[in-house]
Amino acid sequence: MALLNDRDRRKVQADLAQLRGPVKLVTFTQELACQFCRENDQLMRELSGLSDKISVEVYNFQLDKEQVARYGIDKIPATVVEGTRDFGVRFYGVPMGYEFISLLEAIKDAARGTTSLKPETKAALAGIETPVHLQVLVTPT
Amino acid sequence: MRLAHQFAVENDLVRGDMIEVTEFPYLVERYSVQGVPRTVINESSAIEGALPEAMFVEQVLAAVGRRA
Repeated sequence: MALLNDRDRRKVQADLAQLRGPVKLVTFTQELACQFCRENDQLMRELSGLSDKISVEVYNFQLDKEQVARYGIDKIPATVVEGTRDFGVRFYGVPMGYEFISLLEAIKDAARGTTSLKPETKAALAGIETPVHLQVLVTPT
Repeated sequence: MRLAHQFAVENDLVRGDMIEVTEFPYLVERYSVQGVPRTVINESSAIEGALPEAMFVEQVLAAVGRRA
């Protein structure tokens, strides 16, 4: 059964029609002992079907050690939203509900390689010289 | 939530994770989650709730020892 209904699909398709560049959704999954992995992979595949600019790459969390290390993945389901390069945008767990909107926005930003942040915020961020890891903990809405 | 990902896109040193905690319940205790969103910065400090852009960047910079 599809996770996105026809109405959502049409809306998302229209929203993604303006994508500026290619986006790769890299997912990490496994068959057993991951309750939500299948659902996450399905959601990403459904999304990629709505834009020819979106592709999906699926890795096995247990077996594909090189990719797990390369993307710094420590739990699953995980999804990396990658544009022309890996910007460091990750989703852990299935982004449904309000977080689905966050996923669409992340896809659009990754495709553009820039965001709608204010110039003063961008200037402040340019001052960061050491690695910063932001983990935003959310619950389904 | 959006801001962490936007910060990541704008600066290669920033990584932004959205974590659906109900799928990773062990993190609730590890990060003392009492309300959401809770933004953990470099495992060492945290921001409670959703903040406007200017305040969020200020708190992130303060947490990593930079002034806005």
